[in-house]
Amino acid sequence: MTFAIASTIDDALVALSAGARPIAGGSDLVVAARHGKSALPADLVAIDRIAELVHIDATASGLTIGALTSHAALITSDIVCRDYSALADACALVGSPATRNVGTLGGNVMNASPAMDTGAPLLVFDASVELRSINASRAIPIADLWTGPGMTVASPEELCVAITLPARPANSGSAYVRLEYRRAMEIAVVGAAADVVLDGDGGIASISVALTAVAPTIIAVHDLQAAVHGRPVDAATLATIAELAAVQASPISDVRASDAYRRHCVGVMARRAVEAAARRATGETIAVPVNRALGIGAAR
Amino acid sequence: MSPSQTVDVELTVNGRVYPVTIGTERNLVSVIRGEVGLTGTKEGCDDCECGACMVLLDGQPVNSCSFLAVQARGRDITTVEGVMTGDELHPLQRNLLDAGGVQCGFCTPGMIMSATALLARNPTPSEEDVRIGLSGNLCRCTGYAKIIAAVSATAVELRS
Repeated sequence: MTFAIASTIDDALVALSAGARPIAGGSDLVVAARHGKSALPADLVAIDRIAELVHIDATASGLTIGALTSHAALITSDIVCRDYSALADACALVGSPATRNVGTLGGNVMNASPAMDTGAPLLVFDASVELRSINASRAIPIADLWTGPGMTVASPEELCVAITLPARPANSGSAYVRLEYRRAMEIAVVGAAADVVLDGDGGIASISVALTAVAPTIIAVHDLQAAVHGRPVDAATLATIAELAAVQASPISDVRASDAYRRHCVGVMARRAVEAAARRATGETIAVPVNRALGIGAAR
Repeated sequence: MSPSQTVDVELTVNGRVYPVTIGTERNLVSVIRGEVGLTGTKEGCDDCECGACMVLLDGQPVNSCSFLAVQARGRDITTVEGVMTGDELHPLQRNLLDAGGVQCGFCTPGMIMSATALLARNPTPSEEDVRIGLSGNLCRCTGYAKIIAAVSATAVELRS
């Protein structure tokens, strides 16, 4: 086993091309290794000191977040909390203060867990991921990134350097909620993110919902726009959304929940995410994370 | 896993530099307790669940069970041994004792490190802030109320 510390992106890319695997905070990699789930890669390159990978940049076309930006940095960013609230909701639920301190957005995305909290928000925002290797750079829609649990389309020599989010339209709001059994160090039993744009009459101008931990990857709910476009955010509309989410889920049964329970609850989470997103779209402030502000998930 | 690579690393713990020779796969808690010889930091779950192994890296809390020791190179590590001033307890330690916030004591070092980081970034925490600050630390004696009271009392004391 070899271990190198990279101080620039280029250093890291050279190491990756020679077969090393990247480690940032190690919150997934080291935990998995210590429990025999998957051994530490033979050769590691530490990327946690690459300053050029830590940034949150607002541009005319949206927001670019460096891959090494921590969950803690994201939940203390005004622009993320205000304009990309669902992402802040998700980051605030990750692990504990310690996890949020070492855990990074790039690590969360590239670890490709179907239960990752930041995945559903990034999917409803139509995020794209910048992958770089020594020879090339490409941006791919996050919807095309994940191919299965722990799997992405990235090749071993590619490093995720940034995640880009499009600019937010007017009258839009977003939220992420999850079902959990404990408030900290928890993994979503199921979760849902919603992005809602309202028209002048309070009807749904556009909507996007994505689901956590009910399929081999984070998934988007299809056929939603056609089903609820122009409708008010009322009980009947929310019921339609919950049903579409539940029907499209393909959850597993495990020690944490049965498939039937997950299917039911992901509909509930989808409904509650849309409700909170729509309230935010009207300008109402709901504190990050929505789980705590609205009493969703584990009790204190 | 391929054979471990052994490296010479200098770790700065509580302001003192410790040269150690360790395998690159070693976690930080085992090196702090072993080579460095400071056993205040505890290993509990070894799974990032319980927070008994909490240390500060450059002032921020980190689960040292799930952090590679080599990655701490060049950074300031603070353990529970580093919060005292000479033989004088840190106010947090004194308040934990006074409030009855120490039962079996196994979680205490981790609680102190999380609380230290919390009070450094937020000198006026609400009770909810304290609960969130300690949310990565489990007390199997379930003595949370007194621990939270001790942290809140310390915040008041440090402000006065």
